[in-house]
Amino acid sequence: MSTFLQQLINGISLGAIYSLIALGYTMVYGVLKLINFAHGDVYMVGAFMGYYLANGLGARGAQMLGMSADGFVARGLLGGGTLEPSLITALVVMLLAMAICAAIGVVIERLAYRPVRKYSRLTALITAIGVSLLLENGGQVVFGAEPKFFPELFRKRNIDLVSGASINSADVVVLIIALALMIALQLIVYRTKTGRAMRAVSFNLQSAKLMGINTDRIIAFTFALGSALAAAAGVLVAIRIPRIDPLMGILVGLKAFVAAVLGGIGNIPGAMLGGLLIGITETMVVGYLSPTYKDAVAFAILILILLFRPSGLLGTVAQEKV
Amino acid sequence: MPRYLRNLIIGLVVIAVLYGLDFVFQAGLINPYYTRILMLCGISITLAVSLNLINGFTGQFSIGHAGFMAVGAYSSAYFSINYGMNIANSMGGGKLGWVIALLLTTLVGAAVAGLAGLAVGIPSLRLRGDYLAIVTLGFGQIIVVFLNNIEAVGGARGYSGIPIVKSFFWIFLIAVLTIVIVYNIVNSAFGRALISIREDELAAEAMGVNTTRYKVMAFVISSAMAGAGGVLLAHFDGYLNPKSFEFIKSFEILIMIILGGLGSIVGSVIGAIVLTILPESLRGFAEYRMVIYSLLLIILMITRPQGLLGSADAFKGLRKRLRRLTEGPSGTASSPTQSETSIGGENPR
Amino acid sequence: MKRILIASILIAGLLAACNPQAGGGDKVRIGVFMSTTGTTANFGISSVNGIKMAADEINAAGGINGKQVELLVQDDRSDASEAATIVTKFVTQDQVHAIIGEVASSRSIAAAPIAQNAKIPMLTPSSTNPEVTKKGDFIFRSCFIDPYQGAAIAQFAAKTLGAKTAVIMIDRKNDYSTGLGKFITETFTKMGGKMVATQSYQEGDQDFNAQLTSLKGANPEVIFVPGYYNDVGLIAKQARDKGITVPLIGGDGWDSEQLYKIGGTALNGSYFTNHYSPFDTEPKVQKFVNDYKSRYNSTPDALAATAYDAANIMFDAIKRSKSLSGPDIRDALAATNAFPGVTGTVTFNQQHDAVKPIVMIEIKDGGTYAVRERVNVESSAVAANQ
Repeated sequence: MSTFLQQLINGISLGAIYSLIALGYTMVYGVLKLINFAHGDVYMVGAFMGYYLANGLGARGAQMLGMSADGFVARGLLGGGTLEPSLITALVVMLLAMAICAAIGVVIERLAYRPVRKYSRLTALITAIGVSLLLENGGQVVFGAEPKFFPELFRKRNIDLVSGASINSADVVVLIIALALMIALQLIVYRTKTGRAMRAVSFNLQSAKLMGINTDRIIAFTFALGSALAAAAGVLVAIRIPRIDPLMGILVGLKAFVAAVLGGIGNIPGAMLGGLLIGITETMVVGYLSPTYKDAVAFAILILILLFRPSGLLGTVAQEKV
Repeated sequence: MPRYLRNLIIGLVVIAVLYGLDFVFQAGLINPYYTRILMLCGISITLAVSLNLINGFTGQFSIGHAGFMAVGAYSSAYFSINYGMNIANSMGGGKLGWVIALLLTTLVGAAVAGLAGLAVGIPSLRLRGDYLAIVTLGFGQIIVVFLNNIEAVGGARGYSGIPIVKSFFWIFLIAVLTIVIVYNIVNSAFGRALISIREDELAAEAMGVNTTRYKVMAFVISSAMAGAGGVLLAHFDGYLNPKSFEFIKSFEILIMIILGGLGSIVGSVIGAIVLTILPESLRGFAEYRMVIYSLLLIILMITRPQGLLGSADAFKGLRKRLRRLTEGPSGTASSPTQSETSIGGENPR
Repeated sequence: MKRILIASILIAGLLAACNPQAGGGDKVRIGVFMSTTGTTANFGISSVNGIKMAADEINAAGGINGKQVELLVQDDRSDASEAATIVTKFVTQDQVHAIIGEVASSRSIAAAPIAQNAKIPMLTPSSTNPEVTKKGDFIFRSCFIDPYQGAAIAQFAAKTLGAKTAVIMIDRKNDYSTGLGKFITETFTKMGGKMVATQSYQEGDQDFNAQLTSLKGANPEVIFVPGYYNDVGLIAKQARDKGITVPLIGGDGWDSEQLYKIGGTALNGSYFTNHYSPFDTEPKVQKFVNDYKSRYNSTPDALAATAYDAANIMFDAIKRSKSLSGPDIRDALAATNAFPGVTGTVTFNQQHDAVKPIVMIEIKDGGTYAVRERVNVESSAVAANQ
């Protein structure tokens, strides 16, 4: 029983990560009807941004910005090199990484997706593939192809739970932050004017424009939001499992997309649910069946869901209009 | 001149040309490095044209092509190692034995891949656009995961010991066959049904076209040909590894047909050739090769999404000239018109 | 029609751009194909570093019989077909005299037939699959093979550590790991041990919690992890987090500066077999380590060391060779006897595999290595050469 509970906990921790990334997918798809293949790679960039930030923007960053290693950036931000591991530091790193990736998301949308918006969805999809490849290979060139080791941002402890299962404090942090971010997202989308505009755009772009909504700005905002969440996921994953490399986003991104579809694409609580379900199922398959089929699990779920309930678990069945 | 006779003569001429070229290459008159690149082009052509049937002409966005390549490659490899060698030797080890063995192994590969296409197509082709893309991607991935775990074909360690057949004639024969098959399909009633599905599936369905049946048929044919391409790959280096069939491979072929133009056979051929040679030419830039590649793709999509040749079929001009040659100026003309694909145009849906 | 013309010109232009690298001249041309990008990039980079350093050293000392060594280094993107294409180019366009490569057995296997056909000797510094050298007599290997390494690991666990039960964690996506794992299991069982569970993961996985939770229940005395260092480090960490305290044992895939950085104290008291140890006090090893450190700013891992040795073995053979023709270099290579490398003395056997000692390394606190044992594999323990 304890093994089962443990595996369940493992699954939920994994699922939280998928949920965070799935949220970005679902939002962008809802607004643009575009599967942003590059989303998983934004997650990777977020992890790397966190890496460079945490290592003390200090010497290297200051050099890149043309300042001396003792400059404002080095000392002011993170003490340049040695930092006090604590939860606060972790949060700061995460928030900064989120901000950077939000900007990157907006840039990608502006340069690569907006010009092809007038073309068919196929073209946009292929462009997304192109951006994804660019980020991956560019990452290999810029960051270096070897995996990097993410520094420990706060001390981790094992917390023992009932019947022999234990949970790591890092997992707890990840879960809490993920939950907080998801609640924040719900609030933004359902309680603010911008959120209302986002929902309007996702219903019908043309009508939203007619209503006076600046659709370009809303779309950019959506991308920024989604990318920020992906970056948060990246930093959180790096805290849990300290190894990062430029190709880490590919498979995770695909599975997160499956999670979004599972929950009902365009549906925010659905993305959260989908992520958790995929995380748990994957862990259970690895633990009880065979780890070799782990990657097949997500895709198998995808196929089943698309065959039997294409609108997803929480999605509404859309009638096809001619 | 009756049609079938004309086609027969063209066929014989093509075979003679291929045979002649094969002789030239076998004699080592041309640098083996270039020969290798040319043969890889041939394989790419097979793969690209077969993908174009389903993506370009039927408008179904499938990105799991590498999976069918893998199925064809591995099944034919298994056949070759376990049965092919016996067949080849049983005929006295002569050339005939080899030809028959090769023929059989290609048929096996194509057939198994076609079956896989059936298995994947039936459930998936109900879906549209983006969803179909992801499902086919998923199937491709699942195939790779399974191959990694089947010890009988080497699993993750790879499958070696496949008899090596580096035959220009064979590779280009298959490539030409693929082109001919796709061309004939496209210019037939079957093809018209496919194009109608591409243009507006609902309307086609309303007009009485059994869209699911046609889509699945096209899918099966396309996967069978991809399987043939896989057979060629398997026997090229004599070694297979599941890693070579991940989705990046599907993307590479997709990019070839995008570059060439989705509804154009000639375009796919050109796209295949260009994108097989390009990595070789960029060898000097080693590190930045893939970065340049991806940038090119993005720029291509932004500036000219219909690719080099769009969906215009340059064969049209050739055919007209041929017809005039053999039928005289009073021959019947019946070239179907091709419309622009929805790539590059507003999607009403 | 016009568009076809444009496209044809484009193609012709591209073909023309496929130039051979650098002119001929009076140099010893050695083709080096490695994966400097892709999933095993770091291994390729280390190897290339080692080879380049060896080449520069010998050139500075006057070259081989007066001729300078020229390296043609190509990246195969961790793809087997690329490797085959590169080697084809080497033996035709580039007219190399010899080839060094690759790290991964899958790529060595893909490329070997081409080198064999062209009668150009190929030396792999670190491919451990027995299949590689079976491709022909022009193919050489300067490291030990999986059956041998697997037997050493199992023997150490069964005899030296006295373990009766064990579990093994294999990287399913990695031919090195699956191969080595198979031989470990065979030998361990032959020696009377019991493999109570087999778990697997995939190269690049981040999360091993599910497997480790299952393993914990089986209660083994040791855990074999014949994988690559970047996964092993994480596995060790997560295992200790789960409360698993038994030692981990692995192979040469563990060797890297990064291992302890990733795994940290979780690795204390674990073991792995290796070609050498950078902490070995032998002067030859220390000189190599220091030279490498000052040139590349990092401690050389086993791949850099074996590649360095492979390069030097090749240079030595070319020096002794009657001419620069393929068959003559091959004969000289085959005649290599007790070549003193930093990774041990190398002699080639009938199969053109290297016969050399294996060291079993124990990881001490702080990340230093202690040579626990120089393993002599009992001949009965070595699994039949598959």
